[in-house]
Amino acid sequence: MAPLLEVRNLRTDFRTGAGVVRAVDGLSYTVERGETIAIVGESGSGKSVGALSVMRLIPNPPGRITGGEVLFAGRDLMKLPEEAMREVRGGDIGMVFQEPMTSLNPVLTIGRQITETIEQHRGADRVAADRRAVELLRLVGMADPARRLKQYPHQLSGGMRQRVMIAIALACEPKLIIADEPTTALDVTIQAQILALMQNLTRRLDVALIIITHNLGVVARYAQRVNVMYAGRIVESGTAEQIYHNPRHPYTVALLRSVPRLDRPRQARLDPVEGQPPDLTRLDEGCAFRSRCRFAVASCARSAPPLDPTEEKGHLSACFRNHELGVAMASVA
Amino acid sequence: MYRYLVKRLLLVIPTLFGAAALVFFLMRLIPGDVCLVRLGAGGATVTAQALHTCHVKLGLDKPLWLQFVLFIWGLFHFNLGISLWSGYPVSYEIATRFPITLEIAIFATVLSIMIAVPAGTISAIKQNSWTDFFVRTFAISGIAMPSFWLGIMTLIGVLNLSQYLTGREWMPPISYIPLLQHPLENLSAVFLPAITVGYQFSAVVMRMTRSAMLEVLREDYIRTARAKGLIERIIINRHALKNSMLPVVTVIGIQFAFLIGGLVVTEQVFNINGLGRLLVEAVQNEDYTLTQGIVLLVVTVFILTNLIIDIVYAWLDPRIRYA
Repeated sequence: MAPLLEVRNLRTDFRTGAGVVRAVDGLSYTVERGETIAIVGESGSGKSVGALSVMRLIPNPPGRITGGEVLFAGRDLMKLPEEAMREVRGGDIGMVFQEPMTSLNPVLTIGRQITETIEQHRGADRVAADRRAVELLRLVGMADPARRLKQYPHQLSGGMRQRVMIAIALACEPKLIIADEPTTALDVTIQAQILALMQNLTRRLDVALIIITHNLGVVARYAQRVNVMYAGRIVESGTAEQIYHNPRHPYTVALLRSVPRLDRPRQARLDPVEGQPPDLTRLDEGCAFRSRCRFAVASCARSAPPLDPTEEKGHLSACFRNHELGVAMASVA
Repeated sequence: MYRYLVKRLLLVIPTLFGAAALVFFLMRLIPGDVCLVRLGAGGATVTAQALHTCHVKLGLDKPLWLQFVLFIWGLFHFNLGISLWSGYPVSYEIATRFPITLEIAIFATVLSIMIAVPAGTISAIKQNSWTDFFVRTFAISGIAMPSFWLGIMTLIGVLNLSQYLTGREWMPPISYIPLLQHPLENLSAVFLPAITVGYQFSAVVMRMTRSAMLEVLREDYIRTARAKGLIERIIINRHALKNSMLPVVTVIGIQFAFLIGGLVVTEQVFNINGLGRLLVEAVQNEDYTLTQGIVLLVVTVFILTNLIIDIVYAWLDPRIRYA
């Protein structure tokens, strides 16, 4: 059976004063039905732009999707007319954004912001939409949902607002939810609640979930598969287990070393990823990570390594030396 | 909300008192004497006796503090006194002039909102398109053209056009006929000045709408609305417009209040006996009481307009309503 979502070689450019920024540069990944995957990467790696490109929500100008396919349930979203694409947005694919403070409209009630989605996609009348909204708020764990409907975003806490965002994303029983850094703006305690809620609901309702994050902790706990993104493309892909215990890309290795861990002695120094993220206006044909890479060799400058399978099943790496890396890491551990 | 409103309304009293005191004393700082103007109108020399009689008659011989107390005391009875120049009650003088000014101000405001808000919104949605350039050029012209010039051009245009179309020159009627008495006559007198003033007014509102709209369209919640698959019309009307109207409402309110006392030039051009002209005449004649009356009226309009703006704010933005 074909995957629910298949992104193939997606490219998105931004025209800026400094030149053309290739924010997403040949992005490819798949999401199976009901599966939770993570897309991990540092700021500016193209995670969010990639997600917005799938939804065709890139503001144009300055942005432009220049190539690739996004196959969703058998249709190429890039080729859909705008009207059909609107049906997909909020209907088949829901989105949860990073900032619950600013992502909800301050002058509309919570209820209105939920019901308008239902009215748009289901043609439901106001009463039916209201009933559904109450149901949704209960689903995302909000007490006294009927009263909440009449409240405004500023009367809710950040965590509550993110629950509302999740309710909106779930409103029309989508097949996929894309959550763009859903917990970054929240308190740590709330983060766990929201993630558990999303995991719980997507499993129960059989909704696939893409979590976009820079937080590796989130990835380990909630995602079945992890895609590590660097400079606009996926550099490593595998199960959370594989990525954690047997990373096969120097960037993933560096990323894992930069995270504080409770199971290591406190004296152990953190090891930040050295150097700066690359200038996306000046990418050449070589590997984008090579200037920061300890393992770089001459061939890295000649061409970018393709995302090839490693000897582990389902584990892909875009590094010429990924096999050597596996051996090296094993000896360190 | 209601407590807030009551508080705002009570604040009107000290504000008015302050304005009354200010205008009372400032007027008396201006050199000159209404009696000299009255008696010496024909260039005759004035005897000290005649001047004194005039002062006594108008109450100007009393000490300044007493005049002030009497003025304030009168205000409490809604009595603005007698015009020193014409001898008619100030309230009567204002009542004959205020309706036309108010009418022009309201017409100009309504007209400009009807033009400016849609035009500014379209301009923002289609940023840097030909429509946008056209709207912006139109707006800049409105701000750049002085109102007297625009008024004269409008009049000449109407004259020539009517001559060309009907063979007879047509001019708007000069005398003011109340709207309810003869709507058509009234509107034909008010229409041209309202357009002239409304054009400038709309230019400012248009630019404000455009920039506010551009800002709102970049907000995260607009992206959320798009991600929900809403149609563009709902995104603009429901999500963007209400948020972008806050600064626009402020500009509209201030402009409207300004029109009440500030239409001097336009009234001159169209030969309309409005409040602006009355105010200029009152100051020239050293007519203390009339000036005070008009200024107080303008201040009141300003305060009320601001109050209305605040109420509209609260209606538009729940964060203000529940604060």
